[in-house]
Amino acid sequence: MSAVVAEHDDHHDHHDHGPAKGLLRWIITTNHKDIGTLYLLFALAMFFVGGAMAMVIRAELFEPGMQFVNPQFFNSMTTMHALVMVFGAVMPAFVGLANWMIPMMIGAPDMALPRMNNMSFWLLVAGVLLLASTLFMEGGAPASGWTLYPPLVLQTGNALPFAIFSVHLLGISSIMGAINIVATIFNMRAPGMTLMKMPMFVWTWLITGFLLIAIMPVFAGAVTMLLTDKFFDTSFFDAAGGGDPVLYQHIFWFFGHPEVYVMILPTFGVASTIIPVFARKPLFGYSSMVYATASIAFLSFIVWAHHMFTVGMPIAGELYFMYATMLIAIPTGVKVFNWTATMWKGSMTFETPMLFSIAFVVLFTMGGFTGLMMSVAPVDFQYHDTYFIVAHFHYTLVPASVFILMAAGYFWLPKWTGHMYDERIGRLHFWLSVVSVNILFFPQHFLGLAGMPRRIPDYAVQFADWNMISSIGGFIFGASQLLFLYVVIKTINGGTGEKVTDEVWEDAAKHSLEWTLPSPPPYHSFTTPPTVIPTEHI
Amino acid sequence: MKKKKQLFAGLVLMALGLGTAQADYTLNLMKGVTKVSNDIYDLHMLILWICVFIGIGVFGTMFYSIYHHRKSKGHKAAQFHENTTVEIIWTIIPTLILIGMAIPATKAMIELDDVQESDMSIKVTGHQWKWEYEYLDNGIRFFSSLDEASNKARQMDSGIDPRSVPHYLLNVDKPLVIPTKKKIRFVFTSADVIHSWWVPDLGWKKDTNPGFINESWTSVDKPGTYRGQCTELCGKDHGFMPIVVIAMDEPDYNVWVEQQKAAALAEASSADKTWSTEELVAKGQSLYETNCASCHMADGAGLAGTFPAITKSPVVTGDINAQVNLMLNGKGMMPAFGKILSAVDFAAVVTYTRNGLGNSVGDSIQPSAIQALQSATPAADKNE
Repeated sequence: MSAVVAEHDDHHDHHDHGPAKGLLRWIITTNHKDIGTLYLLFALAMFFVGGAMAMVIRAELFEPGMQFVNPQFFNSMTTMHALVMVFGAVMPAFVGLANWMIPMMIGAPDMALPRMNNMSFWLLVAGVLLLASTLFMEGGAPASGWTLYPPLVLQTGNALPFAIFSVHLLGISSIMGAINIVATIFNMRAPGMTLMKMPMFVWTWLITGFLLIAIMPVFAGAVTMLLTDKFFDTSFFDAAGGGDPVLYQHIFWFFGHPEVYVMILPTFGVASTIIPVFARKPLFGYSSMVYATASIAFLSFIVWAHHMFTVGMPIAGELYFMYATMLIAIPTGVKVFNWTATMWKGSMTFETPMLFSIAFVVLFTMGGFTGLMMSVAPVDFQYHDTYFIVAHFHYTLVPASVFILMAAGYFWLPKWTGHMYDERIGRLHFWLSVVSVNILFFPQHFLGLAGMPRRIPDYAVQFADWNMISSIGGFIFGASQLLFLYVVIKTINGGTGEKVTDEVWEDAAKHSLEWTLPSPPPYHSFTTPPTVIPTEHI
Repeated sequence: MKKKKQLFAGLVLMALGLGTAQADYTLNLMKGVTKVSNDIYDLHMLILWICVFIGIGVFGTMFYSIYHHRKSKGHKAAQFHENTTVEIIWTIIPTLILIGMAIPATKAMIELDDVQESDMSIKVTGHQWKWEYEYLDNGIRFFSSLDEASNKARQMDSGIDPRSVPHYLLNVDKPLVIPTKKKIRFVFTSADVIHSWWVPDLGWKKDTNPGFINESWTSVDKPGTYRGQCTELCGKDHGFMPIVVIAMDEPDYNVWVEQQKAAALAEASSADKTWSTEELVAKGQSLYETNCASCHMADGAGLAGTFPAITKSPVVTGDINAQVNLMLNGKGMMPAFGKILSAVDFAAVVTYTRNGLGNSVGDSIQPSAIQALQSATPAADKNE
């Protein structure tokens, strides 16, 4: 802390430290807001890139028969869609939110490790570009699914080492981002901001940070073993040399299951931030929310093989992973009940951020229900690798994580820019999104139950009707997101022209510190620590 | 509220799906034709209903609150923010529900896992992109690939309406035949990448892992044709390796077994006769389409960077013995066809590739020569 204070004094001796001029500002910046903006804009761009790939998938599946792409390219699209969305869009978007909001929420001037912050962003860009470059390589982009299972992934053409190195870069970037966030939360809190007074978003990111630090090296290790199996004659995953392809799946899902919680825990944090503001009520059960988040994070490390029920495990393994997975329903249930109780007897208004948050609670719960169904191992013998799981995880990612990212955008854009967004277009965006996302994903439950496997470019004709409906929903959903792009650009350029207050939302400053700063906030958030810690949220 | 209506519409739709479940194949899980598949179906319905009831409770409360506790109606916010009793109740009740679910789930899992005391065994081997079936009790062995009609229709711009093809993508050239009311043990493995063998009517799927054996079992109650697909992404033609199981009553099944044995004998004796180049080329064309065209393409052009072309290939237009050796033993992604094709079929494909697909080398190889090489290969295996 003392070092920070010294530096802070130094600033006052010279001048009000502002951003560098021109394009260079964005390349060399060490400012948490600039880097947050870079992360968010990059994530938005990748959301449209990954979305375009989804449109290719849905176009090919619009009708039975092969119309637009060959099966190999189709597989590349499913693989790249997932990798781009997970590593290029959702994760960076939440890191961007963390960068912008955590220092402002805990009363700090900036992140703890600003230079590393810059580096982690540019490594992300390098990693995603490297991944995207594989689309133009001989043999095509990876086409083995984002899980990169051997032996199939070893049949990838020239792209394999590039994809693996890209995973390494993305992993280093995530770890750096996570270390920075954890260090900031532990060291930069204003006096009086005890751990149990932190906003839920900060709590969820603290836990997510630890998850990331624990799992990204595991994934890096797994893909490195793929690299040595392919190029250096090792046999980690090859039975002929004493290895086992299923070993990869265990390692991957030891990373993969916490990884999906990396995308959902900060989602919970944002929802827990937005709902109390628009219910004009404190969050119900703050401490149980904290403990539930920690429980979910812990459980995420001991349930990985529920992704592999049909891989051929001993009965004891099947039963253990079934029981452990069912347990997740308990803390997750607590969260949903707490959000409902927060709304109960509130004084609610329904601005766009609240609309997206309510849709999140409802639709995430639906994804949770199908998750519970799939936790039951013998029944999962039917559900596994069908469109039922595609519907499940898209419900927990699109109308959950993505909706909450939209909610966060609408919620904080006025604070970030000082301009109000266009509420009318915001609501239009919401209603189009919430209707189309259900047209897109709900029929996929039926398809999966009726027997349609996932990751197939063409299907039997009895699946035709629901696939067409799903594709139509997909096209409407994809097009609707352009409205969001329009709102963001318009808000940055002045919005509705209405000047927003520091608080933006009624009594928001009672919930969290960022609303005590001007809109837009100064370049260095809190140059002197705040004296009053809001406690409305606990 | 629109949203409320929409959500309830969703739930009602779901409930309707359940009501007509048995009749309507496209909305819900199928019951299947085994005891295990019926148990799984019941378990599925149990959990689905639990979810529906919890959903109605939670969403009902939420939408009541959204409707009544709104600022526009002048509702003043209460300021409570915790209630230990309520929090304990909504932790304990879900725990009890989970225990209630875990008990039948455990029973079903144990039943599914019990492969003891089977009447017969079938070995299933996944290949890119077809299935190999071997009846371990009587030595019947064959490959099962996507049927020709589906295969033609599924090509890009084929001009064939998939709806005009019977059982499009769910039909094979040679189905697996099993007797009803017998406990059949399946053992699974793979020759290349991981596949997964799934027939929904049997109630389960199982991965086929190269170098390892998995087991599962079934006992089908009524005769019929049951269709499924590969469910583990296994490369570009993952969507095109269906499974067809025909369950027959035992007398019919025994007739089928005798037919298979007779056909195998006839095939073996045809390897001894001398074939003309024209005969081999004619036979080789359709074999090429089933076995080779998915990688090397129907016109032999291959796929740049991944699968070499056959047309003007230095291997195919070079020394015939080198080509035969490569095909016998495989190379990289190319499977060892010595173990897949019969001697006659092998000779036919070799001869076809050298005299078709834009090549005109003019030579041929006799099935008897292939047979000699094939019988030499297993000996080499034993030495390892």
